[in-house]
Amino acid sequence: MSEKFDVIVVGAGPAGTSCAYVCAKNGLKVLQIERGEYPGSKNVMGGVLYRKQMEEIIPEFWKEAPLERPVIEQRFWMMDKESSVSFGYKGLEWGKEPYNNFTVLRAPFDQWFANKGVEQGVLLINETVVLECLTENGKVVGVRTDRPDGDVFADVVVLADGVNSLLAKQLGYHKEFRPDEVALTVMEVVNLTKDKINDRFNLEDNQGCTIEIFGDSTKGNLGTAFIYTNKESINIGVGTTLSSMIKAKMKPYDLLDYLKNHPMVRPLIEGGESAEYLAHLIPEGGYHSVPKVAGNGVLLVGDAAQLVNAIHREGSNMAMASGKMAAETIIEAKSRGDFSEASLNQYREALYQSFIIKDLEKYKDAAHTFEHYPQYFKEYVPMMNRAASKFFTVDGTPKKEKQKEIMKSFTSGRGTIRILQDMYRAWKAVK
Amino acid sequence: MSTKTIEEKQYLVRFKADTKSHLTVLDHEICMTKCPDKICTIFCPAEVYKWEGLRMQVGYEGCHECGSCRIGCPYQNIKWEYPKGGHGIVFRLA
Repeated sequence: MSEKFDVIVVGAGPAGTSCAYVCAKNGLKVLQIERGEYPGSKNVMGGVLYRKQMEEIIPEFWKEAPLERPVIEQRFWMMDKESSVSFGYKGLEWGKEPYNNFTVLRAPFDQWFANKGVEQGVLLINETVVLECLTENGKVVGVRTDRPDGDVFADVVVLADGVNSLLAKQLGYHKEFRPDEVALTVMEVVNLTKDKINDRFNLEDNQGCTIEIFGDSTKGNLGTAFIYTNKESINIGVGTTLSSMIKAKMKPYDLLDYLKNHPMVRPLIEGGESAEYLAHLIPEGGYHSVPKVAGNGVLLVGDAAQLVNAIHREGSNMAMASGKMAAETIIEAKSRGDFSEASLNQYREALYQSFIIKDLEKYKDAAHTFEHYPQYFKEYVPMMNRAASKFFTVDGTPKKEKQKEIMKSFTSGRGTIRILQDMYRAWKAVK
Repeated sequence: MSTKTIEEKQYLVRFKADTKSHLTVLDHEICMTKCPDKICTIFCPAEVYKWEGLRMQVGYEGCHECGSCRIGCPYQNIKWEYPKGGHGIVFRLA
């Protein structure tokens, strides 16, 4: 394998495949290396794939990609032990072109997507681990794989090796992540008939629903749970920051079972057959955790660059957009014949001017705030539930008095000043 | 089937285990003397780590390769590598 490529892409998730696809489409010689048996075999996500960034790589992909359901409704639950305050949006415009997002199962989707790259000329090698980047005079010139005679060379190496990106760490682009910079998430795919899903979620065929659940879904710890409808299965999962998991001494699979058996959740999945259990880390450190993304002969994309917006559960879209930006940078660098850090920094600039870093910057203090002030998930969610219960229970109390009582119950718990402080802090973190 | 235990959940997953572990506890003495919580035995989503009185048992064959143990070990006492190419967990669905 000692031939030289224009680009070596490490990893065949959405970021790596987007980059490989665009490079190959523009005539570059691309080697893509995947450690799994097939693309997707190591990859996990809750399941929402956004149309916009995918379409910018493969127009009208929904006509052929293995998708589950277009999402027409997004629900949010602030859940307590035996109650839930909810809001959401359902719009039929999301059910037709150009769509907003889709639920997907990653193993079939990633295989399909990587194969689209192969059709463009990408040489995809599965079952191969990249052990290290090869450097020469401070420039990355290739990679060492775990195959015999496994050194391969290229002008640029793109690290799309996911949240654990051992390669970026080896290069010194980031230190080991702290437990509060990653979320440990577990989920199950639960098989359920199409009719049951349609009935229980108020859907028709080819309509999907997502539910994000805060509060008791994580027993008040910093994190969320989710329920996403596939065609004939449901993805149900829950995650918290690893630090919260450690602090609360929780077993993630116990938390998942707590969720599955929660009285607000159980009726939705009743009678379902679990088909797969999956665990994965999500890079949720946000803006402050983004490592150096461009170096001499090397670029970082997707999860490897920590590009996840945890607040809006966006990740695969940022992966794709970053992969595409990396490809565009490489194409121009190739025309200049310059793969130095200064040349490849064009990618960094594009990334920082795009929605990706702008969104991460907007929420740069959110995770930190919610981790350090647990009252938002632990106290305010139950408080909201109690208030809603009181307000909507008809018991002969005049409404004005009810409002007063509710306000009093807020302030007597935490005190007016602290409530105002909490509100201001939360607003500042997400404004 | 509804899964109640981690064993039942793990049965749903396909693993193609290597003969050699990709996870190594560097110093079992540290687990023994410095780490009363043995927190990896709790947060590991696949119950890979089991404390057996004197040393940490590492059931790498059922590892989801999530990376939590490497990051979460309070003593950075776990060497974490990827399994050999094509080995380890094989997700079929999500």
